[in-house]
Amino acid sequence: MPLERGERWFQIFNVIFMCIFVAVIIFPLINVIALSLNDGYDAMKGGIYLYPRKFTLVNYETILRDHTIYRALGVTVMKTLVGVAGHLVITGMAAYAMSKSNLIGRKLFIRLGIISMFFYGGLIPTFLVIKSLGLANHFLVYVIPVLYSFYDMIILMNFFRGLPDSIEESAKIDGASVFQIFFKIVMPLSLPVFATIALFHGVYQWNDFFVAKLYVTDKSLYPIQYYLYQLLTSTGAANASKAGVYISKAFTTQSLQQATMIITTLPIMLVYPFLQKYFISGMLVGGVKE
Amino acid sequence: MNLKFIDRLKAQWQLQAMVWPGILLMIIFSFIPMFGLIIAFQDYSPLDGFRNSEFVGLDNFKAFLGDSDFYNVLTNTIGISLLKLLIGFPLEIVLAILINELRTGPFKKFSQTVSYLPHFLSWVILGGMFITWLSSSGLVNSLLMALHLTNDPIPFLTNPNGYWWVATLSDIWKEVGWGTILYLAAMAGIDPSLYEAARVDGAKKLKQIRYITLPGISHIIVLMFVLRVGSVLGSNLEQALVLQNGSNIHRSEVIDLYVYHLGLTQGDFSFATAVGIFSSVVSVILLLGANFLTKRVNDSSIF
Repeated sequence: MPLERGERWFQIFNVIFMCIFVAVIIFPLINVIALSLNDGYDAMKGGIYLYPRKFTLVNYETILRDHTIYRALGVTVMKTLVGVAGHLVITGMAAYAMSKSNLIGRKLFIRLGIISMFFYGGLIPTFLVIKSLGLANHFLVYVIPVLYSFYDMIILMNFFRGLPDSIEESAKIDGASVFQIFFKIVMPLSLPVFATIALFHGVYQWNDFFVAKLYVTDKSLYPIQYYLYQLLTSTGAANASKAGVYISKAFTTQSLQQATMIITTLPIMLVYPFLQKYFISGMLVGGVKE
Repeated sequence: MNLKFIDRLKAQWQLQAMVWPGILLMIIFSFIPMFGLIIAFQDYSPLDGFRNSEFVGLDNFKAFLGDSDFYNVLTNTIGISLLKLLIGFPLEIVLAILINELRTGPFKKFSQTVSYLPHFLSWVILGGMFITWLSSSGLVNSLLMALHLTNDPIPFLTNPNGYWWVATLSDIWKEVGWGTILYLAAMAGIDPSLYEAARVDGAKKLKQIRYITLPGISHIIVLMFVLRVGSVLGSNLEQALVLQNGSNIHRSEVIDLYVYHLGLTQGDFSFATAVGIFSSVVSVILLLGANFLTKRVNDSSIF
């Protein structure tokens, strides 16, 4: 059907609006990349938009010379990997058991979960519990409190209920245990929804700095986001620039911050486009149920 | 009968073994802290623990209700949340409609990819970026000066009166694209023949949106609205933490951050917990109230 004149105007307006919208999101991000590649003192004069005016790699060199950043990156990679794997296993197993209507205690577990979504002990009581468990200043403080999520459990449970029974039945006849069925049959069949939850939890683990701020004083356990946070609140800026004091004077606290932001963001930017199709379909599984 | 129950439990021990790690974690990290709320009614001291601390009834609640700082923090939290609700909420719906109306193709996909992107960046990174963009020699001031809209750089982050807008707009910038995703999912479920029929009847684009698209997503709009109202007091702690500085603290301190500062920086556990309880109770009341109202007006609700 050919477009009517009004509809064509609507299309033109729409495309122009979306171009502006995309520009408003993207140009500021490019601006930070440009600044991170620019001489720090020169950048202070302003007027840098999309490309560096006085190109230099000194900001990156300075940051990468600081050994604490590798440690922080290592902690972040570890907590993301361990956290995601643990979260998928614990929440996934619970969801699988809960998808069976003959599970004893099922109703009670659901009720408890709903209560836990509405009522929250709050920051201070949670803090006291985690402290008293001895999790403070321990790597596992990043992982253990978030191994189980009722919300993710519901999404997985609904997905498992849609799987055909016949596959599990035949495995059961062949003598497979419930654990074998879950890990060898159900998990591989549920790849898209597991990938979605892995992405969300992975992004949470990668981005979180507040847990470190609350519970961790041991510097060797700082994740990269907390390293950046300290750099921004500029207690850490002095340390980082000390490491690079012999290179040159072409950087400022700001230009170091910009380089660190790019280094911290890069992994997400690289993974994100590949996982996008999963999370969109995964959101549909969990989000809209009619 | 008891024997039968034990037999059934034995028969499904593997399933029980799968569900209990999660249940135990939920009990430890969600329910035990709820019992910890008792310290709001005590003069809690970490040395005595909550068994031996002195019980003071509602004294902590009375204390913050008589405190002028508290009302300032409450005003900030509600002010920023309402700005987000009034601007961000309709903007998400408009953006979702516009994305939905784009012809399927690379541009549509690109727009969506870009619009979701900021959601995946942490507030630490974005906080740093906003500080960069809004600084006196940053992108925004450079642009404003190049366009001669201002002669002197505007101190966005150190001017306390501008902070609410900075908080609102930066949050919208981060989340508006992500907010479209559920609306888009709902729009995908609208029967295309409705649009065909409307076109045959001569309905223009705007009329189609008014009479087909909007009613088609109204249940999601109601759901999101109720949830938003319920979280009015839960203003973004991480955002405030990174954008706050000495000059704007009077306008940037929000309830969650106030609880953090009182409880963990100043060690006033009981007082901070009382403020936390107040905030949760008000949030639940707002959630139920909004749900009740939408049920009355629109006949759709989330419960």
